[in-house]
Amino acid sequence: METSRNIQGSGGLINEVTTLLRTRMRDYAMYVALAVIFIFFGIFTGGSFLSPRNITNLINQTGYIAVLAVGMTLVLIIRQIDLSVGYAAGFLGAMAATFMVKFGIPIYLVIPMVLIFGMVIGLIQGFTVSYVGVPAFVTTLAFHFIFRGLLSLSTQESGTIRIDVAAYNNLSNGFVPDIGSVGGLHLVSLIVGAIAVVLAIMAQIKQRKNLLHYNFEVVSLPVFIFKLIFTGAAIATVAVVLAQYQGLSWTIVIVSIVVSIYNFMMNKTRLGRYIYGIGGNQEAAMLAGVNVKRTMLFVFMSMGTLAALSGILFTSRLQSASPIAGQGFELDSIAACYIGGVSTSGGIGKVGNTIIGALVIMSLTNGLNLMGIGISYQYVIKGAIFVLAVAFDVYTRGRKAI
Amino acid sequence: MTAPAFLIRGAKLEDYILEMQNITKEFPGVKALDDVNFRVKRGEIHCLVGENGAGKSTLMNILSGVYRHGTYEGNIIYNGEVQEFMSTRDSENAGIAIITQELALIPDLSIYENIYFGHEIMDGKVINWNQTIISAGEIMKKVRLDVNQSMKVSDLRVGKQQLVEIAKVLSKEAKLIILDEPTSSLNEDDSQNLLNLLRELKEDGVTCIMISHRLKEVVGIADTITVLRDGTTIASMDATERTVSEREIIRYMVGRDIENIYPERTHNISEEPALEVTNWTVFDPASDRTILDDINIHVNKGEIVGIAGLMGAGRTEFALSIFGNSPGYRIVSGSMDIEGEPKTFKNPKDAMKAGLAYVTEDKKRNGLILIQDVKFNTTLANLEALLNGITINENEEIIRVGEYKDALNIRATSIAQTVMNLSGGNQQKVSLAKWLFAEPKVLILDEPTRGIDVGAKFEIYTIMNELVEKGYSIIMISSDLPEILGMSDRLYVMAEGSITGEISAEEATEHRIMAMATKTEEVDEDGD
Repeated sequence: METSRNIQGSGGLINEVTTLLRTRMRDYAMYVALAVIFIFFGIFTGGSFLSPRNITNLINQTGYIAVLAVGMTLVLIIRQIDLSVGYAAGFLGAMAATFMVKFGIPIYLVIPMVLIFGMVIGLIQGFTVSYVGVPAFVTTLAFHFIFRGLLSLSTQESGTIRIDVAAYNNLSNGFVPDIGSVGGLHLVSLIVGAIAVVLAIMAQIKQRKNLLHYNFEVVSLPVFIFKLIFTGAAIATVAVVLAQYQGLSWTIVIVSIVVSIYNFMMNKTRLGRYIYGIGGNQEAAMLAGVNVKRTMLFVFMSMGTLAALSGILFTSRLQSASPIAGQGFELDSIAACYIGGVSTSGGIGKVGNTIIGALVIMSLTNGLNLMGIGISYQYVIKGAIFVLAVAFDVYTRGRKAI
Repeated sequence: MTAPAFLIRGAKLEDYILEMQNITKEFPGVKALDDVNFRVKRGEIHCLVGENGAGKSTLMNILSGVYRHGTYEGNIIYNGEVQEFMSTRDSENAGIAIITQELALIPDLSIYENIYFGHEIMDGKVINWNQTIISAGEIMKKVRLDVNQSMKVSDLRVGKQQLVEIAKVLSKEAKLIILDEPTSSLNEDDSQNLLNLLRELKEDGVTCIMISHRLKEVVGIADTITVLRDGTTIASMDATERTVSEREIIRYMVGRDIENIYPERTHNISEEPALEVTNWTVFDPASDRTILDDINIHVNKGEIVGIAGLMGAGRTEFALSIFGNSPGYRIVSGSMDIEGEPKTFKNPKDAMKAGLAYVTEDKKRNGLILIQDVKFNTTLANLEALLNGITINENEEIIRVGEYKDALNIRATSIAQTVMNLSGGNQQKVSLAKWLFAEPKVLILDEPTRGIDVGAKFEIYTIMNELVEKGYSIIMISSDLPEILGMSDRLYVMAEGSITGEISAEEATEHRIMAMATKTEEVDEDGD
């Protein structure tokens, strides 16, 4: 049966937009959620939520959840789960602090050491899951407790470990040095912003050209131009807002690098295909020659490494390692993934969208803090939003499946 | 239960238990049914046939309340009353039961628990297990299921599980039973038993609607045959008055005459063996038994070799064990040569590298990644061919997948269409494309045309012919006897894990194959 091969053929612009909204509701939901949250907190905090200072703050805060969520995206795509990441990050952060403060090991050694240690932790868990066959839920729940214990042990003597290494603390609090300013705006972030806008627009145009060349379905030109303008404006706004405060933070740089690497891996390499394949149908992937166990092991190792990075970013942000660091991070990162469109039944998800999901989650935390809402209420609110996000996902995907 | 008898007005000449009038059902963008009329006489066996996508399942889903009243246009008149089913529960209460292709049994529960699941025999607030067991036994006798009622369903083979399903609907006192492809996963024997059972139920006054692709069965059993095509009723034929031929049905189904179901090919079989398996004995630790016993098989270049046999003969297990042994069997003895070179494989990847390909029996379970598109599925098994350093060359991928799509005539809006939304036949072609893309020497096709329609079957056969003409070798595992006779150059018959015969295409007849396949039938019993 022939269905119309081009959306624009099936009726006017309004028709196309409504069709897009209906069929892609899932994809756009996180932007809507983000916008709603921004407007809501913008109003209820008397504008302070939207101040350049707070936006910068929010982005830096999102960093440690964002990197966890990137790793979690892969884990959820292959239909596994990692409940240990929160305390793993806490413990690994404490480890970094101990190495630097107690043993005086220099930062350029500590960071690789901790990252490698994170990878080993992932290796152990991944091995237990994929080769021994203990379900991930059980394995990582057990490690959740193990890391919680280890975190207490490593901070037992001293309580909170204060970190006095400026370079380390700069990772989550510092900014890329400026080269000048234009009317009080930071030049570097304006330049980077401008480059980002150009790159994003060029990438989209190139992709559209490609799709047209191979006769794939594309959106009509007006819709495409609207998308371009929207993307460009969004990036530009962020750049200008950041430029009004202290410019580009190192956190943004680090998260961007992580996202670029993972984006490349998931879209352009064999490994990425295998991960999507395993998530879509493990048995079919295996019979197509995919080494399922090894790929799973890799995903857990990547998760462990990113948990270490998250721990580093978090301790750097607080400039200390606390005995309760990492509590609840697993929920935040899993929620970020689901809000960002990772399917609850696996096989589908994009690293870039997960970052938006992380921003949604952290905007909530940030906004609720600004409004002075207590942590106990925050747990309740976040838990409810988590369930709602998943329910929405299940609902929209169910509709699609007809 | 059903409507009171006095409402069944005018038991005229024809007494229709069901009339579906002017049914139209639309899905976003597709009209699945367009003004369909469908009438079933009380106490008949009514076969509903049509190509995949013709609307059979949609029609039955409307009847059974899966698509509730109000989501379609038209009327359902059952027992003389207009019905407005809002759920399957409603239709069940009216005495209509559906048995779907995927059986709805709970594997770890016993037969009697399954039969009464959802409508337990109660004694006040608790279940009366004694009565349940007694009643289950009686119903099982009726469906000729002669095993202990406390056996777990998972210990029964599919044929007997099907009987449990029927026992279950009988226990609900269903008056109209819908069977969706009931024999598609059954062997010849179990199919015959099932069809006989349907005849007996007919004697008891039960009406059956059967959806089937096996036209031979259809002409054998049907009182009335209705053909759907593209969502409309094409013909409704009374098979009690005259003999309806398979050919006639096919003509209505596809809208044209298919001269020969099995296309001709130029036989170009070389003397060189492509694959040779010798003394292949395999033990399965999971079931603690030897599942393959001293198998010797060879395929030459350019040859189609069939492996016939009944369900459970070990054919799929054989394919899996040579294709990298993914289920983890223990290969007790045996060797394998590909183009004269001895090979051993640790995993499917090794087998692929050596030139084997295995197109699985159950595409949904282990053949395709349904949520991904045609492109993703086609290249998954051989991404190496597209590597440019460490990145996948996506432009080349698009071009090459496009070539496969055209060559195999995969009907998809584009190679970016999700496989889930393709018809069964086109899914099978994607499966084939995937393995052809991996550039194999020997293709093992496990039930390549099960559940797909006549037109798509013909296309698959044509592709197979082209492949062997080009020098590929094909092992075709099939339970469809006419197919295996029509396509094979030579064939093996398997029974109970060993080869019980090897025949050339000229000597083979359905009778001879069945005789070999059932050689050890007496010891065939469930559960052991």
